Order: sequence, then C-alpha cells, then structure tokens
Amino acid sequence: MNDDHDHPHHPEHHLPSSYHEKLTAAVLELLAEKNVLSAAQITESIAIMDARGPELGAKVVARAWSDPAFKQRLLADGSAACRELGIDVGGLKLAVVENTPDAHNVIVCTLCSCYPKMLLGIPPAWYKSKAYRSRTAREPRKVLAEFGLSVPDRVTVRVHDSTADMRYLVLPMRPSGTDGWSEESLAQLVSRDAMIGVARAKEPAAV
Amino acid sequence: MTSHPRGIHDLGGLPAGAVDRTEHQNDFWEQRVDALMRALGTLEPPVVRTDELRRAIEGLGAKAYDEMSYYERWIAAIVEILLEKGVITVDELSKKIDEIETREPA
Amino acid sequence: MSPRFRAGDRVRVRDWFPPGHVRTPYYVRGKQGAIERVCGVFNNPEHLAYDHDDDPKTLYRVRFLQRDVWGSAERPDDTIDIEIYEHWLENL
Repeated sequence: MNDDHDHPHHPEHHLPSSYHEKLTAAVLELLAEKNVLSAAQITESIAIMDARGPELGAKVVARAWSDPAFKQRLLADGSAACRELGIDVGGLKLAVVENTPDAHNVIVCTLCSCYPKMLLGIPPAWYKSKAYRSRTAREPRKVLAEFGLSVPDRVTVRVHDSTADMRYLVLPMRPSGTDGWSEESLAQLVSRDAMIGVARAKEPAAV
Repeated sequence: MTSHPRGIHDLGGLPAGAVDRTEHQNDFWEQRVDALMRALGTLEPPVVRTDELRRAIEGLGAKAYDEMSYYERWIAAIVEILLEKGVITVDELSKKIDEIETREPA
Repeated sequence: MSPRFRAGDRVRVRDWFPPGHVRTPYYVRGKQGAIERVCGVFNNPEHLAYDHDDDPKTLYRVRFLQRDVWGSAERPDDTIDIEIYEHWLENL
C-alpha cells in the first residue's frame, strides 16, 4: 500500500471495515449504558456536522467581498466575524488568509487533517491523504498544477500548515466582472476548493 | 547530523505520488465515529481530547497507519483512550462485540 | 504570561527530538524563520495528549522561506507558515 486510501469498500478493507463498524457500535452502546453519551447526543452531533458545508464559507467570502469593513474584521478575527453572520462555529479559532495579485495561499495539515469543519463541513478525502499532506508543504505549485491551478511566477505561494489551534480559510480573490452582484450570487462563485486554496473562485461566465 | 526517529504521521516533505482526488461520502459508521469524537471532546471535562486522539493514532504503529483507513484509525485510537482511562474495560468491550455479532451476523 | 517574541523577530526552531506527542513538524526543526504574529496562549498539546491541561504556552505563527526549509524552492520568495509554541523557539 503506497498511498493512504480511505475508501471503506476498498477490497483490502473488506473484513476490517466490518470489524470496525462493530467496534464502533460496541463503543456507542457501552457509552450509552454508562450514561457517558446518549444515542441522542450522537444523533445531534451528526446533525450539527450535516448542517455544515462549504456554502457557509462561501457566505462569509461573499460578505467579505461586498463589505470592506467586514473583511478587515474577518482578517483580524475569523471566528468572531463568522458569528456576526449568525454562523455557530463552536470553539473554532479561524484564521483567514487573503489571496492578492501578489500572493496565493494554500492550506494543509501535514500532521493529521486539521480543517475548519465547523465552517466548511467534513474535509474531502484527498485533503487527508498522504500525498496531499506530504507534497503540499514542499512543492505546492506542482500540487496546485495537478488540481488544474497554475500560479504565475510573479505570484508568491504561501503554504499554511495547521499544526496547532488555528484553522485556516483562504479568502479567494473576487473575480472581475462581478460589480454590483448580490452576496447570494457572489457566493455561487466560491467553491470549497477555492477556500482550501487549490482553486480560484469561479469566473462569472462559468456559472 | 544524527538521524532521529520521525513520527509515522509527520509527513511534511516526504516523497509521494499523485493526489487521488476521488470524492466519496463517509459511510454511516464513519459519520458516527466523527460525531462520537466531537461529542466526547465537548464533555466537561473532555473524555477524549483531540490531542489524546492524535497521540493514540500516532501510537498505532506504521503498519496500522498504512493499512487502516482514516476512521478505522480513529475508532481504534478512541478505544485505546477509553480503555486507558477505565471508561470501558476490555472485558466489557469483548462481551459487547460478541453480543453485537450474535445479534447481527456479518 | 508575557510573550517572549514579537512579530518580526527572527527565530530558530530548536533542533530537538523529544519523546511523546509533538506538533512541531520534523521538517522545520533547526530552521530559521520570522514571527508573523502572536496567536495567543493555549494549552501545550504535548501535555494535553496525556490529559494534562496544566501547561499554557504562547503560540506563534512563524513564517519560513521555503528555500530555508528545504534548501531549494519552486520559487525563491515562496513561504510556509507554521504555528509553533514558544518553548520550541530560540532567539537568533
């Protein structure tokens, strides 16, 4: 096995997957019997994450594009700015990094899979993969090129390795040709991948 | 410079192949593991801390890290911490697994 | 708890390989960078990993030139930012 493959139905994982499912069920039942955690708390926890997805991050980005004062607050304290928009981010400590004509940011967690889940939902499998975690720190431009994103020489690439308590969000550049657009329409241009830094925001013609 | 051991999880800069960009939904049991960890971490005091989970995952060993999937590592690590702390015992866990297997054969 | 370093300070990451759980990546040990910002005070994850929340440490975002970390870089000005706890940093 030369690459981390998280697919639970991969043939090599057939038996272990079933074992770990039973292990999970066993742990959950025991914790409920011991009044450590009820089934209802687990259901609620699943629901919390189901309600999180990239559209929340897109809403934040669209507001930042539309409101320069909000953008400054977002860059100073990402979590507080999210709460302004009514987004419950729990204990998330969000740091927002801004793409400019001179710098492109990309996020990785080389040590595990740290990701702003309370804002964006569950990370994609590739973000958690060995290949992404190993290579993005050292050769981000090559990795970005594989994602279809070519960064010009004159633009600096800044990698952010989430090693500690902060979680990161990239604020992509606002595409041209969007003057006067509503926040709702702007949000349609913002993908999860743009907020991780492996893509740019979509162009108006693409939507 | 002396060579020092490197954690199996400490991947930054190591050579690797292309990034597999295939997207897939987590299975329901995996969502439950994710939810479990979030719920355990929010109890006062936390029953399993994020840092304990990471430490236990790092301690699973290179083979486990290579051959187990993401949430398989998580549930294995959660079990380690719960056993260490005496929240559950090995006997209770074995018994419960047997019970589940009797109830719902694979 | 007063931070030892300020934004702009040049620092070196200790060339240190302690046992247990650490959050300073292997690739940055012994490398030089600059404090990009002071993030605040947080509990030391090296202790939290063993269920002790008794060791608050100042956390910094430290910016490194990629070429200083790896010896070469895709472009000379490319950077990598990492969050590192105070006890891992030395003055230059």
